[in-house]
Formats: sequence, C-alpha cells, structure tokens
Amino acid sequence: MTTQRIGIEVSRAIAIAAKLANVDVVSAYPITPQTHIVEDIAELVADGELDAAYIPVESEHSAMSACLGASAVGARTFTATAGQGLELMHEVLYIASSMRLPVVMTVANRALSAPLSIWCDHSDVMAVRDTGWIQIFAANGQETFDNVLCAFRIAEDQRVLLPVMIHLDGFYLTHMVEPIYVPEQSKVDKFLPPYEYPLPLDPNKPITMGAFAPPNIYTETKKAQQANLTAAKEVILQCWREFGNFFGRYYSPVEGYRCEKAKVLLLVMGSLSETAMSAIDTLRDEGKEVGLIKLRLWRPFPFDEIRRAVRDAEVLIILDRALSFGGPAGPVCSEIRSALYNEDKKPKVISFVGGLGGRDISPDGFKEIINRGIEISQTGSEQEFEMFGVRE
Amino acid sequence: MVAMTDYAGSKLAWCPGCGNFGILSAVNKALVELNIEPHRVLMVSGIGQAGKLPHYTRCNILNMLHGRTLPAAAGAKIANPELIVIAVGGDGDGYGEGGNHFIHAMRRNHDITYLVHNNQVYGLTKGQASPTSDLGFVTKTTLRGATMPLNPLALAIACDASFVGRGFAGDVEHLANLIKMGITHKGFAFIDVLQPCVIFNRKNTYNWYRERVYKLEEETNYDPSNKAAAFNKAQEWGEQIPIGIIYRKQRPTFEEQLPALDKGPLVKQKIEIGRIEELLDEFL
Ligand SMILES: Cc1ncc(C[n+]2csc(CCOP(=O)(O)OP(=O)(O)O)c2C)c(N)n1
Repeated sequence: MTTQRIGIEVSRAIAIAAKLANVDVVSAYPITPQTHIVEDIAELVADGELDAAYIPVESEHSAMSACLGASAVGARTFTATAGQGLELMHEVLYIASSMRLPVVMTVANRALSAPLSIWCDHSDVMAVRDTGWIQIFAANGQETFDNVLCAFRIAEDQRVLLPVMIHLDGFYLTHMVEPIYVPEQSKVDKFLPPYEYPLPLDPNKPITMGAFAPPNIYTETKKAQQANLTAAKEVILQCWREFGNFFGRYYSPVEGYRCEKAKVLLLVMGSLSETAMSAIDTLRDEGKEVGLIKLRLWRPFPFDEIRRAVRDAEVLIILDRALSFGGPAGPVCSEIRSALYNEDKKPKVISFVGGLGGRDISPDGFKEIINRGIEISQTGSEQEFEMFGVRE
Repeated sequence: MVAMTDYAGSKLAWCPGCGNFGILSAVNKALVELNIEPHRVLMVSGIGQAGKLPHYTRCNILNMLHGRTLPAAAGAKIANPELIVIAVGGDGDGYGEGGNHFIHAMRRNHDITYLVHNNQVYGLTKGQASPTSDLGFVTKTTLRGATMPLNPLALAIACDASFVGRGFAGDVEHLANLIKMGITHKGFAFIDVLQPCVIFNRKNTYNWYRERVYKLEEETNYDPSNKAAAFNKAQEWGEQIPIGIIYRKQRPTFEEQLPALDKGPLVKQKIEIGRIEELLDEFL
C-alpha cells in the first residue's frame, strides 16, 4: 500500500492515525462529539487491525487514570474526550505532565455547561491551559491526522516526555468528511520509532512515581517541569520539519496567510481560521491590506514566532472562542497582548470573543469583525473586549 | 385536587416506543394519586435521555452534570426537607459516572427517591455499553461483548439502602404504585426501572422483559425485610426477573439526624444579622 488520499470522517482519520502509530492502550469514555473517534478505534481493535487493549471505563477521570497507569509501565497510550469530559479529567491531567508520562489525547473542543451545550467552543481547552501539557490546535482534518502522528513522536522524545493534546473543533472537524492523505505503515514506522520509556515501572528495577514533595523540593520540581515544557518547542519544531521531509506537509507554530504588507492582522485558532481565510481573500480583492495569523502551537506558547509575525502590523484583531469571566480579553488575546507589551514595535491589539457554544461565524462575520476592529483601533472602545454576534 | 394536566410538560423528544414514556406516565400518575402539587416537587437529573424526564413534566427542576444527580438532590433536601425530592437518571449516569455518589447516598439514607431508567446502554451518546449491559452485549465500544455487569440491587442491599425496588416501564400501573411507595417512604428510596431502548438495545426488549418479569407482591411468603432473602432475590436475572419491593428497612434518615434542622428547614430559618457583631468579636 502506498500513500492514499481518501475521503473519510476526521474522527475516523484520527482512529487510523492511532492505528498507524500502533498504540498499545486506549482508554476512553464516550462523550459527544468525541464518540466516533473511540468507537472507530474500538472497531479497529475488534477487527484485529490494531493490536491494542481498549479499556471502556466508567468515567473520564478513570480513562485518564488508566492511561497513566499504562503509560507508566511503558505502553504507548491514547485517549480522546471533549468538554465536560476534559474537565472531569482535570486533576489527572496534572499528574500526567508532572510524572512525565507521554499520553496522547485528541480533544473534540466543546462548550462547557451550564446551560448544556454539545457544540463547539474553546472553553474546555482554556480551563486546562495550565496543566503542563503540550497543546496543538488543528484547523482541518489533514492537520489533525498529521499532528496525531507528530504528537506521539514529540511526546515520546527522550528530551520531552510530556503528554500532548491535539485540539480539534467538535462537529466542525470531528464530523466532517475530508479528503485526507493516509501514508503507508512502513513510512509511518520510519517516522515514528517504537516507544521506549526510559524509566518504566518494572518489578526488576523498582521505582516510585508521584511521591510526596516537601516545600524544600516542590519548587524545584515545578521549575524543572516549566523548563522542560519550554524546551520542548525546539523538539516540536524539529519534528514538524522532519514530518515535512517525510510526508511533504510542513507545520509551524504560527502560520500567516496573505500577510504581505498587511497593516491589519486577524488572529484565529482552530477551524474558524479556514473560514477567516475567505474573508481575507475578499478584503484583499477589495484592496485592503489585511492578513490572517493562525496560532497552531498553544503550549509551549511560541513567544518569538508571535512577536515576529505581528511586529510590522498596525492593528492586530484577535478572536477568542472562550471567555475569561470578569477578566481581561479572551484568553488567547490576553496572552498575546502580554507577550507584546514590552516590545518597542507592536500593533494595537483589539479583542473579540465569539463563536461560543457552536455559534458559527461566516466569512461576512469575519469581515464585520475586521472592520469593527479597525474602527475600534481608531476611536477606542470603553470595553476591554467586544462579544461578536450577540443578539440583543 | 391535583390532575394529570397539572403535570403536562413540554414537547417530548424521545424515540417512539422508548421505555421512558412509561416511566414518565408512572411518575406523573404517582404524583397525582398522592395529590402532590407540582410546586412541592424538585426533580434533579443528570445528563442522558433519562435526564430529560423532568423537562417533560412540571415541577421544580435542577439539571445537573452527567453523574452528579444525587449529591445535588441531597443538598437540596438538606437545605429544605419540605421539598419532595426525586432524582432521576440513566444507568450510565447513576451506576457508571456517578457510581460513588450512589453508594454514599444510600449509606447516609437521604430522604429522597431515586429512579434509575435502566436500559442497559448509553442512549444519549448513541449506544455504547453501560455498567448494566448484559455479559457479552455487543456495542460500538464492546465489539467483543461487554464484561460482567453491575448488580445495582445487590449493591443497594449491601449498602443497607432503606428501600430497594425494581419496576418495569412496560407496566405503568405497577411502576406508579412502586413510585408512590418510594415517595412516601422515609429515607432513600431506590427504584431501578427496567427500560427497553428500542434503538440501541435489541436484546432486552419489551417482549424479553414481559416473558420474564414477575411481581413479588404475588409471592405470598416473600418478606422484603429479610436481608439475606432480599440479597438472594437480587441475584435473580435471566429466566425470572422479580419486580416490586426487594428490600425495605426503616432506619433514621440523614436529615432527621442533623441537629441544624431541629428548628425546621434551613431555608426558613432567619439569619440573625444582629448576632454577626457578637460572632466577629470572638475572633477580633
Ligand atoms: C463528564 C461527561 N462525560 C460524558 C458525557 C456524555 N454522556 C452524556 S449522557 C451519557 C450516558 C447516557 O447513558 P445513560 O446515563 O444510561 O442515560 P440514557 O441516555 O441511556 O437514558 C454520556 C456518556 C457527559 N455529558 N459528561
């Protein structure tokens, strides 16, 4: 079999990526819109196409815990969840990163209750921002597929050994059928070497994981973790370069679209960035100097790349799909604003929050956001940020 | 007099033929026959098809997270014991995600009624195995068949739940009676309801149940206060499935033993603002 381009649901593509990565243990609990991913993996296992243990557990807390146990004995481990499921995993997520267990997880981004919503936004992601995981946003099916493969290689790199989340927008990506390049197994095997955990739980070489840390060492463990996650960026960049050399598709932490001489930049994360591209095309046709920045690497945060990407613009408009209640702008905007604050040359940063709980933003919507952003940059606004598309 | 129309709720969005219809009728019938006005009832549910039941009747509603039905129900009952608190949820919600709450609510004996719509499958998320799926039951996540199921009734008896019953969604009359006994019971009344799911559970169908269920009330010598006998009854599954009251044992409720409630419901107790200074002085 050679590389094929096949039309499949993105959830199915993720299952195939997990199969090509030859995962050993998958443990998951169903939650919309993640269900197809884990059902497809369960099917691959049952059909004998993937030699893995699939553990159907009773909650997400258990799913992540089972993954940790499996990872600690040296298994290549995968799971998937969404929204409330990610929140229920919350305390266990810290254990994965702090114990340096390279679990890989896809998150079908979903809004949080209440009121109950099964639809997409990024409030689930933002709540787990500081859990110490590497976090990558995908904008389409191919990016998702490719980055699941990369995730294992990054996570398991001996210089990293950290868990990785791949974020994809619930329904907008999980349930979309897209043409996706699926490489042959032998090529994936060359790209992704077999997993070897340096310090697995092994009765012949007993070790203790996660024991008590008194105040005289806790700070040092956290500093080590912080240094480790920051340093992971180099490995991520290297992995993406090599992925490109292997498969011909190159990724970067921050990606620009039609940014040449752009005075105004729009920054978006996730699948909406694809919609925003059409808005940019129309505005460019109208002669406006606007461009789009896609933020792909969310943790470790790509400070240098962001600073470089927006330095020459006059206005930077950022759309967040999550709120920081009572706080400053949306979480993505806050981080970028703070990354730019001490720079001599920087654009004015304008913040919008929109696309909550599955509310779509059309290309016209993005045009409106850009035009309103330009207006605010000239007139100022009394609000820290504006919510886009609210029905009054 | 309370009438069925008092409990008419919003438009139903369950699949035609769903066992939930029978359960909803039985709940409304029980409340009407007990002459309980909707405003005195609080229904607490989690997430799932079963969790939608409160939306389809009329009373106070607290829709919680998946699995978190019982702690919220207990909290409400403690703060206002005058409320008639009914918790409802699916087998996934109650025995899986919220399994730990189930055990402790029974142990503490909160004075609430808990209905579990047991369709032995996750309905809302479209057909994955649940903790009560029969051994070998094939679903999209258990293609080689589900593992050993949980026996909720035996678990409840082991926790000394003060009222353990089982109903069948296909026998509304019997179920309504059981719910009435559950509501009037002082203490935790747990009722597991056999609920056919016409879409995702093609094994445990209406006919499958009809051929197997028998009523304990019709068994002259069955004594639900005998724990050992009840435990044995709870093991019956397969050829013969008992419905009715499996186990009942009166013991003090959590709320009765709470000194804070001696002066009546917390929500009705006056907050004496004047005493705040006195209290603060203690710490200054
Ligand atoms: C934390 C969390 N995990 C998963 C879900 C997804 N979910 C919603 S309902 C449900 C199970 C439904 O089965 P059951 O509780 O038996 O109720 P039914 O729909 O069959 O009535 C699941 C897994 C969720 N809402 N929240």
